[in-house]
Amino acid sequence: MEKLNLNPNLYSADDFYSELLAIHESRSKEESDTINARLILILANHIGDHDVLKQALQLASETTS
Amino acid sequence: MSSQRIYEQPLYPYQRNRDQDRKSPNRHPVVIVGAGPVGLTAAIDLALQGIHCVVVDDNDSVSWGSRAICFAKRSLEIMERLGCGERLLQKGVTWNLGKVLFDQRLIYQFNLLPEAHHKYPAFINIQQYWVECYLVERCQELSEWIELRGRNQVQRLEQFNDHVLLRLKTPDGEYTLEADWVIACDGANSTVRDQLKQDFVGRIFEDNFLIADVVMDAEFPTERRFWFNPPFNRGQSALLHKQPDNVWRIDLQLGWEIDKEQEKQPERVIPRLQAMLGDEINFELEWVSIYTFRCCRMEKFRHGRILFAGDSAHQVSPFGARGANSGMQDVDNLCWKLKLVLDQQAPESLLDSYDNERIQAAEENIQHSSRSTDFITPKSEISRIFRDAVLNLAEHQPFARPLVNSGRLSQPCSYLNSPINTDDVDDDLPSGVCPGSPLRDAPTGDGWLCEQAGGSFQLLCFDQADKEIHSETRKVEHLSLNTKKDSSGELAQRYLGKQKEGYYLIRPDQHIAARWTKYDPAMIHQALQRASGQTASVQWRN
Repeated sequence: MEKLNLNPNLYSADDFYSELLAIHESRSKEESDTINARLILILANHIGDHDVLKQALQLASETTS
Repeated sequence: MSSQRIYEQPLYPYQRNRDQDRKSPNRHPVVIVGAGPVGLTAAIDLALQGIHCVVVDDNDSVSWGSRAICFAKRSLEIMERLGCGERLLQKGVTWNLGKVLFDQRLIYQFNLLPEAHHKYPAFINIQQYWVECYLVERCQELSEWIELRGRNQVQRLEQFNDHVLLRLKTPDGEYTLEADWVIACDGANSTVRDQLKQDFVGRIFEDNFLIADVVMDAEFPTERRFWFNPPFNRGQSALLHKQPDNVWRIDLQLGWEIDKEQEKQPERVIPRLQAMLGDEINFELEWVSIYTFRCCRMEKFRHGRILFAGDSAHQVSPFGARGANSGMQDVDNLCWKLKLVLDQQAPESLLDSYDNERIQAAEENIQHSSRSTDFITPKSEISRIFRDAVLNLAEHQPFARPLVNSGRLSQPCSYLNSPINTDDVDDDLPSGVCPGSPLRDAPTGDGWLCEQAGGSFQLLCFDQADKEIHSETRKVEHLSLNTKKDSSGELAQRYLGKQKEGYYLIRPDQHIAARWTKYDPAMIHQALQRASGQTASVQWRN
């Protein structure tokens, strides 16, 4: 089973983070929700591996960690 | 339409029967409760195997209104075996193309049968009343075996060790009869199920749908159209589907907080439909109903000598056409087993494999239909956001299209874990027809495989090397198939793959029980024993 990579893997983390915020800039809550949903679907398809996605879903839903 | 419609005529009017005048109750091998598509299919299947049955129904005509309209390839193959397939195909509307629209945009379309070389198409549309009508006529042809008793309503039912006692109400009063076995095909509100005090649990979906069949001369093409959030039904969904005789099925989602009685009135319905179809279209209402639905099933489909099939055993949302289709597959699975048990060629425990296999099928259907419903009618803000994101992406991004779910259309269940399968000894034969799978149709050179297979246990011998093998293992009919006669090459492709010869033991319901690349009478005998429930050490795997 492919393991979800939880080690740092972003080449330039700060750039990505600011780009992530930039696509939400001056958007309404509704627009932002839509963008986030699209982003999740696009990334999930890119990952493809069902085992990896299940681990990601599990981790994301553990809201306390 | 001025003439009397087929569902307004009594097709099997009440007639006094001999059992009503008897002092002690008459015993029948099988009594079927309910003369809908499932009960009638069961009666024909049993009759063709030489079993007498009595079908009782509280009505005397076919169902009112179109109801189920999509009949899947697998159902048509069952009907072929029972002698009604071609008639349904001729009358029905064949469609393969499905279109999905979001607001006013076409975002996706799919073709249901990309795979050619099957006798029957993926689906036909035909009103349930025509299906029932043809089945009633077939029952009447088989009247030596089938007694159809209209306006015989089950009042009470009691189960004993070796029979079931039924109390029936007729226009002439009540009478009692006995049955070795009862098949309860009496629908979602099953009286038999109530009599047994059995639960029917599952999930209720808080939504209402307006279902309307209209008669119109419209130039719409023969395809299934499904709308999410169309301008004529904002925030809801809609479906348009063609049936024979210029009848069109329209389904409009209405939401939860509505007045059902009011919404059913023509003065409410007609403007809704006009908005959908356009002002220039003239139409006439044939049937209107409002429905809500549940996805649920009984915990067990076999209760001693009473076997539940169709909606009485399980209910799904209509998305995916899994109601009538799965009911027909239930009795397809059940009848040959009942025949073996009645003939004392199999232990009664073989009937537990009906429970096992068809519960697996019901679970599959419930899962698919619940998921479709969750997509079509999002019940939270976030589920609507995801749903709309999928639909918007699907228009231009192929990756999102498999996520669009306007109903995953009925596919037959493969009983992969069934205890009566014999596992493959190696993996040399194609995986699409592994033990448990339904037969895959293919051309045989002089017809179709689905025309020749089924009705009894058979050994399909593909390109057998030794022509004399027929003399052995006579307990099972041998059907010799030469793949070279099929110019399409599909028969070899589907059943042999890279192998030179292949042997498939198929059950009377055309499901594959076992298969080999070499002819071995001992193995065939063993698999046959297992498939008919005679292996003592059968471990039930759920």
